[in-house]
Amino acid sequence: MSWKTLATTALAGCLFAFAGQAADLRIALQDDPDMLDPAQSRSFVGRIVYASLCDKLVDINENVEFVPMLATDWSTSEDGLKLVMNLREGVKFHDGEPMNAEAVVYTITRNMTLPESRRKSELSSVEKVEATGPLQVTFTLKKPDASLVAQLSDRAGMIVSPKAAEAAGANFGANPVCAGPFKFVERVAQDRIVLEKFADYWDAGNYHVDRVTYVPIPDSTVRLANLRSGDVQLVDRIAATDAATVQGDASLGYAEAVGLGSMGMYVNMANGENGKKPMGQSKALRQAFSMAIDREAINQVVFSGTALAGNQPWPPTSPWYNKDIPVQPRDIEKAKALVKEAGFDRVAVTLKHHNNPVVTQTMQMIQAMVAEAGFDVSLISTEFATLLNNQSTGDYEMTRSDWSGRADPDGNVHQFYHSKGGLNDMKYSNPEVDKLLDAARASSDPATRKASYNAFAAIVTDELPIITFGHQKFLYGFTAKLKGFEAYPDAMIRLRGVTLDN
Amino acid sequence: MHIFIAKRLLVAIPTLLLVSIFVFFLQKLLPGDPVMALAGEERDPVVLAELRERYGFNDPLPVQYVRWVVAAAQGDLGISLRTGQPVLELIAQKLPVTIQLAIMALAIAFCLGVPAGIYAAVRKRRFADHAVNFLALASLSIPNFWLGIMLILLVSVNLQWLPASGYVSPWENLGLSLKTMIMPAVVLGTGLSATLLRHTRSSMMGVLKSDYIRTARAKGLSGRTVVLGHAFRNAVLPVITLTALLFGELLAGAVLTEQIFTIPGFGKLIVDAVFTRDYAVVQGVVLCTATGFILLNLVADVLYVLLNPRLRSQL
Amino acid sequence: MTDAAVPARKGSRAWRSLRRNPSAIVGAVIVIPIILLAVFAPLLPIADPTATSWTAIRLPPSAQYWLGTDEIGRDILSRMIWGARASLLAGVISVAIALVTGVPLGLLAGYFGGWVDMVISRITEALLAMPFLIMAIALAAFLGPSLTNAMIAIGLSAMPIIIRLTRGQVLAVKAEDYVEGARAVGLNHVEIMGRYILPNIVPPIIVQATLTVATAIIAEASLSFLGLGQQAPAPSWGSMLNTAKNFLTQAPTYALFPGLAIFLVVVGFNLLGDGLREALDPREN
Repeated sequence: MSWKTLATTALAGCLFAFAGQAADLRIALQDDPDMLDPAQSRSFVGRIVYASLCDKLVDINENVEFVPMLATDWSTSEDGLKLVMNLREGVKFHDGEPMNAEAVVYTITRNMTLPESRRKSELSSVEKVEATGPLQVTFTLKKPDASLVAQLSDRAGMIVSPKAAEAAGANFGANPVCAGPFKFVERVAQDRIVLEKFADYWDAGNYHVDRVTYVPIPDSTVRLANLRSGDVQLVDRIAATDAATVQGDASLGYAEAVGLGSMGMYVNMANGENGKKPMGQSKALRQAFSMAIDREAINQVVFSGTALAGNQPWPPTSPWYNKDIPVQPRDIEKAKALVKEAGFDRVAVTLKHHNNPVVTQTMQMIQAMVAEAGFDVSLISTEFATLLNNQSTGDYEMTRSDWSGRADPDGNVHQFYHSKGGLNDMKYSNPEVDKLLDAARASSDPATRKASYNAFAAIVTDELPIITFGHQKFLYGFTAKLKGFEAYPDAMIRLRGVTLDN
Repeated sequence: MHIFIAKRLLVAIPTLLLVSIFVFFLQKLLPGDPVMALAGEERDPVVLAELRERYGFNDPLPVQYVRWVVAAAQGDLGISLRTGQPVLELIAQKLPVTIQLAIMALAIAFCLGVPAGIYAAVRKRRFADHAVNFLALASLSIPNFWLGIMLILLVSVNLQWLPASGYVSPWENLGLSLKTMIMPAVVLGTGLSATLLRHTRSSMMGVLKSDYIRTARAKGLSGRTVVLGHAFRNAVLPVITLTALLFGELLAGAVLTEQIFTIPGFGKLIVDAVFTRDYAVVQGVVLCTATGFILLNLVADVLYVLLNPRLRSQL
Repeated sequence: MTDAAVPARKGSRAWRSLRRNPSAIVGAVIVIPIILLAVFAPLLPIADPTATSWTAIRLPPSAQYWLGTDEIGRDILSRMIWGARASLLAGVISVAIALVTGVPLGLLAGYFGGWVDMVISRITEALLAMPFLIMAIALAAFLGPSLTNAMIAIGLSAMPIIIRLTRGQVLAVKAEDYVEGARAVGLNHVEIMGRYILPNIVPPIIVQATLTVATAIIAEASLSFLGLGQQAPAPSWGSMLNTAKNFLTQAPTYALFPGLAIFLVVVGFNLLGDGLREALDPREN
């Protein structure tokens, strides 16, 4: 055997060994993400891909506390008008460019000025951002904004390579270049997104997966079938009704986390003619409607006990939850009495909802429950696109709507309950609520904020522009060979410390 | 012949224009604002207004229509609102997937339908004929999507023989590609095999009645030789013409099948686009499908004329 | 020959041969009981199809619930029977819509020819070139999801086939002697179309209509399956399948029954259509 053949064989052997060790992780997503440009993207599932692709200035931990990521520390000035961030040293983008103050200034400015940017309102409190050192940036604010750090822990704070972004312009999503633990390889729409490990990542030692492929599989039964057959190793997410199956299967692992959002129903209070209907006008009717709902039964029947009954914009497990107003059990007698008190025998209501099966099931339960209290609910299931349009134009009496939740409490309430809120489709207006929400936003003292939110929760659980009835958990199933996976309240899949045995 | 084809192509132009008008205005009538549908949870009125302006949704509809048609005529179908990819690129990505599915379904349909049709024709009005006919009718009557669900339940969930979803390109891994595609192809091919069977049977019956077959039989040739050697050759020609037409139907029929098996093809592309109001994609895909359909019709007509000497002489 | 006698004599002969046709008989045996069940659903001793029970979720078939219960504890058997109404109604009404719109247009195109034919034929071709289900989905989404709108969408999508068929039949009949005769006598267009052409093209249209009922039932189920048909809590087979698909592992029988029901009805109508074709079309025999 010649040296040449020997060398070739040895090399081939090495390659084989290497291929054997390479850990390829396939993750099933619920949907196909939209554009992979942090400035432009909107979809929730897109954020799951970003969790491995693009590092943010700030991250959040499992207790929803802000922790360093690309920024190592930060401080807010006394008057709340300046936020100074110090950046991590030696961080590189996937194209080898250095991540520094200039790059941060470029990215934030891009988020605020790119015509296609969807990040403008998230950064609306920012007057300007400047490099005050090679690795230090200073945000100057128009007015104090306690939620800014939270915004920077999401897409608005994902730093992109200025060189790549400048070259690609609005087309950046076709080939995103960030500073995350994995870099972009390829994308086939509706089929897969492939990332591979970035060797120069600042925390590369803690990442043990070589390649991640995200495959969108909208049907939960099919997702689970793929997990069991080994075609994917991690499923985001499993249906609540499958939780017991996954937990009972020794070859599968299971993880869950209470989300940050809520499930509720909007009541049109002043959004056009429909706001003049009884439900929008009578507080007693809204209270009766809420009392007639057996929140725990919904949890058991629809979510197999995996959800949480709720009544406030954040779950009972949240530090912002007002414990003096706990979730009430169903009280059908009181509900009936309230309907009578409001001067009605039976109340006809139309309620629009998204035509997905879980929502439809929930709404049929609620329809049956409130019928006993005197509500004749006609359900109209619509596609999501139509529902959103109806909601914002006021073409509804009641709608069923969810909010995925934000790390900072402000993100769960200000835009919905504030009379000038961008998502206040109920056109709910209460000067006292406006004052409390503005105060909580302006203060950076947790105790002051908590007091404001407590007072706010007391008002809105009484007036009920949104009838909140529960909080979903995020449920994950994965192969037992996957170790170190943890579920987070923001539903992001973080692969730090995750290993995959062959 | 050239004049015949040229005439047919000329007629196709107004038809395509009509299709473009239909699809454009139909989806403009759809409730829901594409920009808002895309924004999802995060609807910032200022951003929405800006995007609407940017994509020209504020212009009068006829202006938008003309802009689109002129661009389309030059081969530019616009950009997907959702993913930012050019529509042509999306179509180029998805079309091979659906074509693979269609070819496999056709192959299955052919292997089942044609022999069964011949058999039924030979056994005309006997028990076997009735049995085959009933089977054909039954497979025509099974709702595609239900058959798909039942197959997933049985083959993927219970037996775990085949994957329940996904797509692998045949260039990447032929075996795996066939494995993931076989179930959807069966679902799509079932109804088709019945159509093929019926046409083969009636075409075959016509040929078997004809004079030259009687002559052949009279000459003492065996039944097998007559059926397979003579009759089949003549009977299969109209069936091939039909196949060109069926292919167009298949592309359309793939819609639900792809939805159920989560196959990233043409059908899934368009259904998702309708639901997310991704106008450029819906318009582009329907235009493309319609063009394909019209061309296949033309091919079928030309084939029919070419294969039929009597008609050829008339041209 | 008196003009009215032509279709009448043909009709009674067809009726006799229909009664001897095995396909037609089997089809009728399948379809008629289902129609009766659907019509008399309110009188049957079955559970309220919308009555829920939180303690009977996704139960398998039992003595109390013959076909089990659904995701919010409703009796599947009674929902199946009530669901038959949605399916049959959708089948019949959407075909009626297709006939009412398609036959006159086909008549006009075939009878007058020229630019009328040119315009109608191009529109028909354009409609046929768009995938049926995509048209139906877009129309259903445009009109808003409901059973009525699904029927309109299916009807309009099935219309081009009827136009094309009618037109072709008219062209064939137009050349017949009795039509030429009527024209020579000086009858006006409406009289000729109404008294001489229409009665003679009815048989193939009836056959096509029966077969289209079968297609329309599947189309309704498909639209309901995508959430664009019958609205909750009223049952339909397609929407039941849509829900059942989410509980394949937990309640496999739930997905079985609605699909079987659709299959049966569609087989019934297809058999009936085939029988009619053989009875009405002498060329087949």
